[in-house]
Amino acid sequence: MKVLLLGSGALKIGQAGEFDYSGSQAIKALKEEGAEVILINPNIATIQTSKDFADQVYFLPVEPHFVEEVIKREKPDGILLSFGGQTALNCGLALAKSGVLKKYNVKVLGTGISAIEITEDRALFAKMLQSIDLAIPKSAAVHSIQKAKEAIKKIGFPVIVRSAFSLGGQDSGVFTNMNDLEEAITRSLTKSPQVLIEEYLAGWKEIEYEVVRDKYDNCITVCNMENVDPMGIHTGESIVVAPSQTLNNNEYHTLREIAIKVIRHLGIVGECNIQFALNPQPVNRDQRPETGKKKSHDWSLDTGNYSPDYRIIEVNARLSRSSALASKATGYPLAYIAAKLGLGYGLTELKNSVTKKTTAAFEPALDYIVVKFPRWDLGKFQKSDYRIGSYMQSVGEVMAIGRKFEEALQKAVRMLDLGLTGLLDEKNQEDDWETPTPTRLFAVARAIKTGIQIPDIYKKTGIDPFFLEKIKNIANLEKEIQKSKLDRELLQKAKQYGFADMRLAQLKNTTEGNIREQRHKFNIHPAAKQIDTLAAEYPAETNYLYLTYNGDCDDIDPKSKIQNPKSIIVLGSGPYRIGSSVEFDWCSVTCAQTAQSLGFSPIIINCNPETVSTDFDMAKKLYFEELSKEAVMEIYKKENPQGIIVSMGGQTPNNLVMDLAAAGARILGTSPGSIDQAEDRNKFSKLCDTLEIDQPPWAMLKNIKEAISFAQKVSFPVLVRPSYVLSGAAMNVAFNEEDLKNYLKLASNISEKYPVVISKYFENTKEIEIDAIANRGSVLTYAISEHVENAGVHSGDATMVLPAQKIYLETEKQILAITEKITSSLKITGPFNIQFLAKDNKVMVIECNLRASRSLPFVSKVTGVNFVKIATEAILARGGISGRAPDSAQSTKWNQPNTSSVKSTSTGGMETDDRTPSDVANATNGISYVGVKAPQFSFSRVKGADPILRVEMSSTGEVACFGNDISEAFLKSIIATGVKMPKKSVFISLAGEENKLKFLTSAKILDQMGLKIYATEGTSAFLNSHKIMSEKLHKIHEKKKPNVLDYLLQKKIDLVINVVDPYFKTEFDDDYVIRRTTVDFGIPLLTNMQTAELFARSISEKKLEDLKALPWSSYVTHRN
Amino acid sequence: MKKAKLILEDGTIFEGQSFGAPKSQAGEVVFATGMVGYDLSLTDPSYAGQILTFTYPLIGNWGVPPKEVWESEKIHVAGLVISDLTTHPSHWQSERTLDKWLKDEGVPGIFGIDTRALTQKLREKGVMLGKIVVDHDVKLTDPNEQNLVSQVSPKSLKIHKGGRVKIGLLNCGAKKNILRSLLSREATVFELPWNYDPFENNLPIDGLMISNGPGDPKKADESIAIIKKSLSRKIPTFGICLGNQLLALAAGGDTYKLKFGHRAQNQPTIQVGTKRCYITTQNHGFAVDEKKLPKDFKRWFYNANDNTNEGIIHKKLPFFSVQFHPENNPGPKDTEFLFDRFMEQFK
Repeated sequence: MKVLLLGSGALKIGQAGEFDYSGSQAIKALKEEGAEVILINPNIATIQTSKDFADQVYFLPVEPHFVEEVIKREKPDGILLSFGGQTALNCGLALAKSGVLKKYNVKVLGTGISAIEITEDRALFAKMLQSIDLAIPKSAAVHSIQKAKEAIKKIGFPVIVRSAFSLGGQDSGVFTNMNDLEEAITRSLTKSPQVLIEEYLAGWKEIEYEVVRDKYDNCITVCNMENVDPMGIHTGESIVVAPSQTLNNNEYHTLREIAIKVIRHLGIVGECNIQFALNPQPVNRDQRPETGKKKSHDWSLDTGNYSPDYRIIEVNARLSRSSALASKATGYPLAYIAAKLGLGYGLTELKNSVTKKTTAAFEPALDYIVVKFPRWDLGKFQKSDYRIGSYMQSVGEVMAIGRKFEEALQKAVRMLDLGLTGLLDEKNQEDDWETPTPTRLFAVARAIKTGIQIPDIYKKTGIDPFFLEKIKNIANLEKEIQKSKLDRELLQKAKQYGFADMRLAQLKNTTEGNIREQRHKFNIHPAAKQIDTLAAEYPAETNYLYLTYNGDCDDIDPKSKIQNPKSIIVLGSGPYRIGSSVEFDWCSVTCAQTAQSLGFSPIIINCNPETVSTDFDMAKKLYFEELSKEAVMEIYKKENPQGIIVSMGGQTPNNLVMDLAAAGARILGTSPGSIDQAEDRNKFSKLCDTLEIDQPPWAMLKNIKEAISFAQKVSFPVLVRPSYVLSGAAMNVAFNEEDLKNYLKLASNISEKYPVVISKYFENTKEIEIDAIANRGSVLTYAISEHVENAGVHSGDATMVLPAQKIYLETEKQILAITEKITSSLKITGPFNIQFLAKDNKVMVIECNLRASRSLPFVSKVTGVNFVKIATEAILARGGISGRAPDSAQSTKWNQPNTSSVKSTSTGGMETDDRTPSDVANATNGISYVGVKAPQFSFSRVKGADPILRVEMSSTGEVACFGNDISEAFLKSIIATGVKMPKKSVFISLAGEENKLKFLTSAKILDQMGLKIYATEGTSAFLNSHKIMSEKLHKIHEKKKPNVLDYLLQKKIDLVINVVDPYFKTEFDDDYVIRRTTVDFGIPLLTNMQTAELFARSISEKKLEDLKALPWSSYVTHRN
Repeated sequence: MKKAKLILEDGTIFEGQSFGAPKSQAGEVVFATGMVGYDLSLTDPSYAGQILTFTYPLIGNWGVPPKEVWESEKIHVAGLVISDLTTHPSHWQSERTLDKWLKDEGVPGIFGIDTRALTQKLREKGVMLGKIVVDHDVKLTDPNEQNLVSQVSPKSLKIHKGGRVKIGLLNCGAKKNILRSLLSREATVFELPWNYDPFENNLPIDGLMISNGPGDPKKADESIAIIKKSLSRKIPTFGICLGNQLLALAAGGDTYKLKFGHRAQNQPTIQVGTKRCYITTQNHGFAVDEKKLPKDFKRWFYNANDNTNEGIIHKKLPFFSVQFHPENNPGPKDTEFLFDRFMEQFK
C-alpha cells in the first residue's frame, strides 16, 4: 500500500512544530504496517523530512497544483490529510472538491471528507449540532454586511467574529459596536466567503477534550484540558492545565459524553479535538442553552446532578496543537494511534506504547499536573499591539510537569527562557493585570502579592479563583521566605512550591550557589518520576521522566546511579520562538539518534511539547524539564553521564555552557572557553584582530560619548550588537546620534552581563555563510551558502541559496582561509557557522557561532551530507569516550573526489596540520542542482506589525525547495511560503531614486510579461518616463480616488512590491499602511530589492508548469 | 498543621501532615487512579474500612457539594491519603472545604505524601493493612474479616415510588446513582437491606438489582441466599460490582481476592464477541473466578488489560451482572445502557 502524507509546510503562527511531531509519528505508524510513505512537505528543517523516515520526500508547496503532480507521478492508494494542520486539511478539501482524488482513485484514510467539511464550515457545523440536540453559541453565518446587521439584532453585543477556514482564529475578535464590527467583517470577507458572528461568552471556562474513535465506534477521550485564561483568549494564547482542575465529576463526564456524541455523529476515524465553553455560575444566569434538554438546576435525589450549562465552540477533525500537547501531557501517542486507526485498526488491537502491555483503548490517568504556557515574541515586531485576545499570536509554548500547580506554573515561567526566575521575578514590572497581554499573569501575581483581593481579580480577569488562590500561595510563601530563616522545612516547602534556587537567592539577598549548597546540605533533591499513562497502576517501561520536589524517591532504576559509561545528555531547544525553532529539534534528534547508533545512551532534556525530541522513543531517556543550570545539574547528578552536548539545541543550551561547566559538568565538543570567545562579541572581535581577520571596524561601548565619536570616525550608519542573544534581539542600525543613543540603551537592557559592541554598518554588501563541522580544530566538511538579500536583513529572514551561485572564487578562498584560522584557533569540535560580508572581493567576518546553526538541516538535506551526524561523531570521539569508537573517516567517506584527504578523526586522531583549504571536504562539490531556503513570515497574525525586514529577525519559519537552477528552486520555495505567481497585475512602490533605478530592469520584465502595473505617483512617473506603462494609484493619505487601498480591497492587485529603506523612519507611515493592508488582505508582498528582482526574473523564466514535481531522491544522493 | 504518619503493615512509614479529623485510624490501604469525583468516591460505601489513596495529586479543588449530590449519606472511607490538599476550593456548588468535611465527619486525612511511591508499593506487594497515626498509635485491623456489608446496608426497607416496573434493589452498600438510574427509567424501587428477603416478605418485585458493596463477597451469605431464590424464580436479575460476585456465588461459582484490585475510572472493558471496548469505573478488590464459572453462565465482559472477569451472563435466562459500575458517578457514562437493557426485560 502506498500512502501520501501531506505535511504542514513552514512554521507560522498558529501552525508550528506540533505537525512535525504528528507527521513523524504517522510515518512511523505507517512504516510499521509495511506501507510505502510519500511525504510532501517543503519544511526542510523538520524531522519527518529526514532520510529514513518516509520512502519518498517531496520538498514542494502543499497546495493543489503540486500535490496533484505528485499524485500523478506516484499513484498512491491512500492519502492522509489530518497530520499536516490546517494547510494539509485545506489542500485535501480542495483536491476532493476538484475531483482530483477521485480521478486518480486516491482514498482518504481516516476521517472522511464529509466530516472535515462539516467541521470546517461553521454553518453546517452548527446545523449538525442542533440536529443532535447539543448547545452551541447563538450565532449567524453571514456573507455580507447587510446580513451581519440583521444577525446582530438577534444576538446582541458583545459578539465575537470568526472567519471560516482560518488558521488559529485569525481575523477573529470581540466587538461591542457596529462600526468596528463592520470594518472587521469587510476585511474577513475578502479572505473568506463566510464570516461567523456569535454570542460572546466572556468569562466562561474554556475546556478542551481530545477524542479518539475507531471504525468499530469505540471512543475514548485521551485528555481534557482547562484554560486558565477563560473564554475570550484564544486557546493558543492561554495558559492551559491538564487535566481540568475546577470541573467536578458531573461537568467532566457530561462534557466527555457530549464530545463522544459529536465525534460519533461526525464519523471521525482517528483523532479530533473539541472545545467547550462552560458557565462557571450556572445558577445565577438565566441564559440557557437554546437547544438541549431543559432540565432545571435541581440536584435532588431524583436527578442526582444538574446539567451543566455549556456551549460547543469548535471541533478540529485533525491532529492539532492541543493534541500534540495532550500527547506529551499524557504519554499517549495520539498521532501514532490516529494513523493506525486510519489504516483500519481497532483501538483494542493496539497496545499502550508506554506500558507495552496494556491496551490502547483506555483513558490515561495522570498523577501529576501539566501547565502549558505560551511563548510570545511580540517585541520582535515593529508597531505591533501588545494585547492578546481571541486570535493567536504566540510563536511557541512550553509545558511544565509537577505535582502541585504552583510547582508546575513556576517551572513553566522559567522554561519560557525569558530570564525569569519565577512567577514573581521583579524583572516583570507590569502593573496592568486587567488587560490581557503576554505578561498579564505576572501582573496578576504581583497584584496578589500587593494585597489585591482574589474576588476583584476574578471579576476583572475571569481567571478562576482556584488558580488565583494557588498563585496567592506562591506570593504568601515569598513573603514568608523574605521574613523567616530559611531552615530545612521552609526550604523544602519552597522547592515544593516550585521556587528555583536562583529565586530564593534573590529573596534572601544571597547567591544561587549558597542556596544550592544549603539545599544539598539538607539533602533536598528533586525526585525523577515517570509519565506512565496509568498513574502507577501497571508497571511501565517508560523512560519519559520529569523532576518534582513533591516526591520522596526516583522511579528510575537505581542502577543508573552507577556511572553509565555510555550515557550522554543532549540539550534540546526549549520553546519555539523567532530565531529558534524546529531546525534545532532536527539537530537534537539527529544527534541523539547518531549517538544511539554509535552505542551511546542519549538522554534528551527539553520542555517544548511541539517537538519530536520530546517523543519518549527518540532517545534512551527523556526528561521533560527546564533547560536551566539547576535542573540540568540535578539530572546530571542522577544520571552521571559522560558529558553534555550543548551545541545542538540552538542558543538556549549554548547560553548555559559557562554555568554548566562552572558547576562541574563535562561539556562535550568545543570547549566552554572557546564558545565564550565566539559568543562574547568583544572577545571575538579581539580574536579576529589577533588572527588578522578582517571585520567591520568595531568598538566596545564604554560610554555614549565614545560611542558617538567612534560612529563619527567610521561614519554612520553603525550596527549596535549585544552579546549572547538570539535572532538579533536588540540589534539595530543607527543612522545618527539620536538613533545610537536609543539603541544603546535598548541593547544594554537586554543583556546586562555582556558587553555591547558597535560596528560599522555596510550598505549594498553581500552576505555569505559557511556551515561547517570540525574536529579538534580541523574542518571536516563545510558548505557555503549565499543570501539573496544584501546585508542588513537578518540571516534568519534571508533567502539562502546553496550552492552559492554568485561568489567569486577568490571570495570563496578567503572564506575558507578565515574559517580554517578560526577553527584551529578555537580548537572547534562540532558544528559551527560563520557569517561574512563580501564586497568587491573583500571578505569580512561579522559573526561566529560555535553551535548548530539554523541552516544546518538545510545544508545537510541539500548536500546529502548529514552535518549533524558528522558533528556528533566528532564530538563523541573527542576525549575517547567509550562506546563503539566512531570512525569519522569511514562515515565521511562519501562519493566525491577530494575526500581522500579528510583526516582520520578517530580517537587517536592527530591535531590539525598544514592542509590547504581545498583539502577539506566541500559538501557542495559535484552538485548540479540548487536548493533555495525562503523565510516564512507571519505578519498577518501579529496585529499592526510592520511587515518589513530588518537586522532583527521576524520570520517564524522557513521552507526549502530544489530546482535545476535558482529560479526554479526559488519559485517553488516562495510559493511554498504562500506567495502566488501574479496573473494580472502588480503594484509597485519604490522609495528613493536609487531603488527606482535598480528595479528598472525588473519592472521592464514584468511589463513585458503583460502584467498590468499599478504604482504610486513617484514610481509611476518614473516608470512611465522609462516607457513602462503604469497606472497611478493615489496614496492613502492623499484622500483621492482611486487609491491603493481600494484596489487591494477589490483584489485588483496580485502582488505588491514595496521597497523602502527600513531604516529611514520618515518614509514609514504611508508605505506602512500599504504594507499592512497588503498583508491583512492576504496579498503577497515583497519588500526587499534583491528578492523582488529575483522574483521578477524567475517568473519571466518559468511558468508554474515548468516547476518540476520531483522527489528529493532525484536531486540528492545521501552520502553519510 | 499537625504532623501525621501513614504506616503500612510491612513497616513502611510515610510522613505527612494531618488534615480532617486529627485522629489515628487503621484500615486496608488501597489506591484509586480516577482524576475526578473525590466527593463521590469518599461517599461510596464500597470503600468502607479502607484507607483510600488518590493517585491524582491535587485533591479538594471543587470543595464539597450539598449532600444530595453524594453517593450515600456519609463518608465511608476509613481515612484519606493525598499529595496536595486544596485549601481554597472553587465551585458554585461547594459548601465547605474537603478539610472541613473530613473534620465534620470525623475522618482522618493525611497530605504531603508521595502517593506515587505508595501506589507503586501497593502494586508490587498488593494491598496492605495500614494506619494513619496522628498522636497515639492504633492497632492494625483487617476490615475484610468483618461483615462490612451488614455495616453499610440500610437497616430497614424503603420504597421509592416510580413507574410500573417494580425492582428490588438489594442494597449491600449501594451507590445512590444506582437508585437514581432505576428511578429515572421509571421503576418503582424497593430498597432492601442486604438480608431482607423480598420473596419471604411477598414484595411484588418484577426484577432484582444487586448492588455494589464493600469487602469479601463470601461474608454476605444472607444476600447470596436471597439471590439464589431470585434465580430459582427466574426473575430478571442484574448485579453490579459486589453484585457480580454475589450472583456468581449464588449460581455456584467462586470468587478470589485480587492483588491490588481495580480502583479507577479508565478500565477498558471488552464485551465478549464484539470489538467494542467500554471505558468503565471500577472499585473492587475481589473478582469472579472464571475457571469456576457457574453452570450455564458465560463470560460477558472482560478487562482488556489483565483479562480478569468483568461480567457474566446466563446463556438463556435473564441473569447478568457486571464487575464495573454502569451507574458511574464518578466516571464515564459509557455503560449506562445496561440499565436500559435491564429495564427492557420487563416490557
